[in-house]
Amino acid sequence: MLFSLMIGVRTDAGPTGQLIYWTRFGDLAAMVAAVFGGSIIIELLRQWWGPVGTIRIVPPSVQNALGVARRGIAPVLLIFTFLVPVIFYDERYILDLGILVLTYVMLGWGLNVVVGLAGLLDLGYVAFYAVGAYSYALLATNFGLSFWVCLPLAGILAAFWGVLLGFPVLRLRGDYLAIVTLAFGEIIRLVIINWQSLTGGPNGVTGIPRPTMFGIPLSPGDDGLAALLGIEFSPTHRIVFLFYLILALALLTNWVTIRLRRLPIGRAWEALREDEVACRALGINTTTTKLTAFATGAMFGGFAGAFFATRQGFISPESFTFQESALVLAIVVLGGMGSQLGVALAALAMIGGFELFRGLDQYRMLVFGLAMVLLMIWRPRGLIGHRAPTVFLERNQAISSDLVKEGHG
Amino acid sequence: MSGDVILSVDHLTMRFGGIVAVNELSFTAARRKITALIGPNGAGKTTVFNCITGFYKPTSGAMRLTHDDGKTIQLERLNDFRISKQAKVARTFQNIRLFPGMTALENLMVAQHNALMLASGLTFLGLIGAPSWRAAEARAVDLAQVWLKRIGLLDRADDAAGNLPYGDQRRLEIARAMCTEPALLCLDEPAAGLNARESAALSELLLSIRSELGTSVLLIEHDMSVVMEISDHVVVMDYGVKIAEGTPQHVRDDPKVIAAYLGADEQEAIAVMESGT
Repeated sequence: MLFSLMIGVRTDAGPTGQLIYWTRFGDLAAMVAAVFGGSIIIELLRQWWGPVGTIRIVPPSVQNALGVARRGIAPVLLIFTFLVPVIFYDERYILDLGILVLTYVMLGWGLNVVVGLAGLLDLGYVAFYAVGAYSYALLATNFGLSFWVCLPLAGILAAFWGVLLGFPVLRLRGDYLAIVTLAFGEIIRLVIINWQSLTGGPNGVTGIPRPTMFGIPLSPGDDGLAALLGIEFSPTHRIVFLFYLILALALLTNWVTIRLRRLPIGRAWEALREDEVACRALGINTTTTKLTAFATGAMFGGFAGAFFATRQGFISPESFTFQESALVLAIVVLGGMGSQLGVALAALAMIGGFELFRGLDQYRMLVFGLAMVLLMIWRPRGLIGHRAPTVFLERNQAISSDLVKEGHG
Repeated sequence: MSGDVILSVDHLTMRFGGIVAVNELSFTAARRKITALIGPNGAGKTTVFNCITGFYKPTSGAMRLTHDDGKTIQLERLNDFRISKQAKVARTFQNIRLFPGMTALENLMVAQHNALMLASGLTFLGLIGAPSWRAAEARAVDLAQVWLKRIGLLDRADDAAGNLPYGDQRRLEIARAMCTEPALLCLDEPAAGLNARESAALSELLLSIRSELGTSVLLIEHDMSVVMEISDHVVVMDYGVKIAEGTPQHVRDDPKVIAAYLGADEQEAIAVMESGT
């Protein structure tokens, strides 16, 4: 109703200050028709492709082939990623895009621990990214510490902030938790903007040292890596180095997460997502379990932040807005909560896809939104919604997404 | 009997605002015996359970748990997960609370969380894959397997708990509680929703838990056939107070109990009984 007034009646201040208005019934009718038609189309699409996926009339041979493809996709993707700097050595744009995608893959995997495994909805993840970035930037510019010393420190500081955030929000669940974490993200950003003496406020921190390959700078000078190896210097060396650095960090995140899932702490996270009351009845300390989830996720966010700072050489609060949190969360949800491969694919689709539609200018968001709506109709639990068990006796069979809970915070 | 009491509840009172859910309730549960807590709907049985298992903090009263080694724990001073972790009291729920998205085996692994957490060196030993951790994990899987076999679900170990039939879920929840290696097992209506055959299997399972493993059991139950068959001692509650206790036979013939269940007053019940016999 309100909507019909907003579109159907246009008001304006007249030349003498009085209110003048005119009606736009044509526009209103067009909007109504568009929404009406759109709903019908969506409903039809839902019926054609709907989430009946599992029992669609697909011949078993095709399903087997799909299964093989699904199993093969992760190794193929990994090998391809390793080869990207070799294949696209001369294409700076693709290398930069690759680094960006891998940064978001890492952030997605980090947030996946909190949202996907422990089921705690965190809308302020960018805060830890910011803490990591500023930790490295300030430690490096003020104390001259190297990247490799700062990296663990950035992780530890971010984890510390994760625990600090965790304490007050432990009692909150669901929507309330989301709101508080959202506020936390904003608080960190506002502190960074206003604490001018330390962080430089809106001007950010400049002159952040570039990473060195264990002490050897990637610079054109005599002591640079190129000179030491006796090859001609090229700025691409540094890009390639950064690419492999973020790849290593992302794979570390992945390895640790996969490992943790099979440890009691990881199982407790998932149990917490499934049923918190039952966890308490089994003697699981839900407080420390939630805090470790926050801390672990935050630590990976901090690592990614430190990497971001060293790659950019300049950071400012503008890089750590809510939009980043929302993007990372969208990657996790789109990928399928808890699925490592799904998150990687979603990051590729979100960041890569965003670049792909660059030519569409202002319609880019529209296309993107449409694609996400369609995907959510087709696969409501994300690209890879099913859950792989952490331990099995005989059959390692995936658990349908219908049974896996999303957590209530 | 007084020397071998595992749980003694003294003057337990639980108020919710103006409502007195449990009023000055006192009873004891004997070691290695099955004690049943029965009563009509709304009598306050589950409230007593929630007090014992730390989900509620009682308004007043004492609950004393004595372990096999003579160590005594005041349950009302512990809360939340510590009841299970330190006092070794495990419980199941009236409406099943399994982890539906995890396999049956995983459910039993989560139950061994505290032991495994220590074995994994608070995660750090586990992260580097230390041999001591691997051995501990293998032992945990073995224990889980023993329980899966005991409840007849070994062939469904790798199926999601949420996919199991209702009766299997009930038994799995009991197995999960037992995997915490409790001193006292509290079961909230374990036979609810089971058919006659499943009830019989449940009775058998509970009897084996008592006699083979020596675990004390406290249960709330509405299914009188189960209560009469397996209980060693029955406590009857109505409106938050104890109205009778004794052996199943004794309780069954108590006019107060019959009155409570029929919703009639005592004199009427006696009259009904006398006219019936």
